[in-house]
Amino acid sequence: MQPLIHLRDLVKEYRRGTERLRVLDGLSLEIGEGEFVALMGPSGSGKSTLLNLLGGLDRMTSGELTIGGLAIGELPDAALARWRADHVGFVFQMYNLLPVLTAEANVELPLLLSDLPAAERRRRARAALTLVGLEDRLSHRPRELSGGQEQRVGIARAIVSDPTLLLCDEPTGDLDRKSGDEILDLLQELNRQHGKTILMVTHDPRAAARATRQLHLDKGVLHAEVR
Amino acid sequence: MGGSRLRLERLWHVARYLPLVWASLRRRRLRTAFTIGSIFIAFMLYALAGAMERAFERGVQQAGADRLMVQHKVSFILPLPESYLNRVRSVDGVLRVSSANWIGGYIKDIREQVPTFPVQAEAYLAMYPEFEIPRAQREAFLADRTGLLAGRAVAQAYGWKVGDVVPIKSEIYRRKDGSNVWDVTVRAIFDVRDGGDSRQLLLHYDYFNETLSDAQRDRIGWVMVQVPRPEQAPAVARRIDALFANSPAETKTQTEKAMTQGFMKQIGSIGAILGAVVTAVFFTMLLVSANTMAQSVRERTNEIGVLKTLGFGNGTILSLVLAESVLITAIGGILGMGAAWLLGLQLAIALQRFLPGFEVTPTTLVQGLVWVVMLGLVAGIWPAIQAMRLKIVDALRRD
Repeated sequence: MQPLIHLRDLVKEYRRGTERLRVLDGLSLEIGEGEFVALMGPSGSGKSTLLNLLGGLDRMTSGELTIGGLAIGELPDAALARWRADHVGFVFQMYNLLPVLTAEANVELPLLLSDLPAAERRRRARAALTLVGLEDRLSHRPRELSGGQEQRVGIARAIVSDPTLLLCDEPTGDLDRKSGDEILDLLQELNRQHGKTILMVTHDPRAAARATRQLHLDKGVLHAEVR
Repeated sequence: MGGSRLRLERLWHVARYLPLVWASLRRRRLRTAFTIGSIFIAFMLYALAGAMERAFERGVQQAGADRLMVQHKVSFILPLPESYLNRVRSVDGVLRVSSANWIGGYIKDIREQVPTFPVQAEAYLAMYPEFEIPRAQREAFLADRTGLLAGRAVAQAYGWKVGDVVPIKSEIYRRKDGSNVWDVTVRAIFDVRDGGDSRQLLLHYDYFNETLSDAQRDRIGWVMVQVPRPEQAPAVARRIDALFANSPAETKTQTEKAMTQGFMKQIGSIGAILGAVVTAVFFTMLLVSANTMAQSVRERTNEIGVLKTLGFGNGTILSLVLAESVLITAIGGILGMGAAWLLGLQLAIALQRFLPGFEVTPTTLVQGLVWVVMLGLVAGIWPAIQAMRLKIVDALRRD
């Protein structure tokens, strides 16, 4: 399997007043294309920070980080934004849908950055919503949907531009067990049938068990790996 | 060709974000409605104030450059001896002269004054060729010492027709018998060329003067002088003022345009106050809009973080916030100016007697649109910059 993500000696530090806080401490890791990786660890272990760096939402302090052969840490802000739009889909714990938009308009959002005509954007948004089983909820606003349905819309938004990499930050953390299982089924389907590379941060061992590989992070260091 | 195609493509690209901008406006409908309401009022006032300013300026535009006004040096309201008329007539370069008095004329209600002037009618009409009068009526007016020449606007307002005997009252002058009413016969009705102000009444000075008490007789308000060519006006003005230098009633001679401007300046202070009010309203509106945008952006910190996560660049975020700000001012501004235009149509009729020329013009509306865009940009720029600078990680942390 080709490594899609390559990290070597990755360090991320934050400043708090005069103090330097090292959140990721020399992390080295490779994730192959098509893998479904669960990232576990206690609160404050650096999971979300790692996810933010891989998604180009934050900048590393030092080390190497390449995704698909591209050193994303060296990209200027505008190019990094463009790269995110083209290559990464994000799924959040709290869904982060825009409450004023319908499910269809929420899913269409990433496509506004493309050159696609409106009709094609709508067609793709509907296709994504059909894939997650919400073809009958196109014109519903987030407050009119259940938590599980909102997360499905979030997943549809993440996959609508057909990204290589899906980054999921505790996607089942705010859902009941049944809805959580449905979301995990969906992520597995996206991984197995559509070849998406998925990195999922979770606290839940049941969720992690769905992944093909589990990483455990503690105090900014990778401690164990289960395949 | 390529450039215009590129511009069209950019416009098309921007248009795709409009539903997103529109949806943002609907987030807090009540707040948006109040903000739009304040903008609506500001721009309605702006357009109506523009209409009023236009009405004030119209008199200045109509003033002739070949006509001089000779007034008391101290003040426009102080009278001159009637003898000045003949002395001015004898000054080198003077073509025609007529005097005029401001009598504070009214018909029924003292609060509804009508500009009424006793004049040397023949000379006056020769000096003002813009007055359009049917030949027969003109001759009838000149032949009748108690005749009245009424502007069309006044005649229509009071339902007068030629031959009617009408009472002109004065709040300044009194007749010998103590009355302040002059019954005169409408002999002619005039229009002013190019739709100018016909809100005037003209009486014969000789008749009017004869009826006055001794204390008020033989005094004129000012002298109007016509010179053959406009370029001669400054020299003639100097000669006239030199003639009365060191006399008990020194004169100040200026072109009719300058005098009208001076007169309008007094009325214009109302315009200036109005302008100041509009400026204050605009400033308040700017603060309201800026506050709305700042609040709106603050409330959406998390959403802006999400948009940036999805790949929306800093420039796009900046443009979205600015577009939202301009859209708010555009809705309020266009509705406000539209209302002013409709109101202006009604007011133009209602104010015809007092403020002819009152009109919300296309120029005012176009200038208003420029203000709409500028105010929208100014109100939105700081929140837009804040949104642009927002770090994704910080933004997503706030929920």
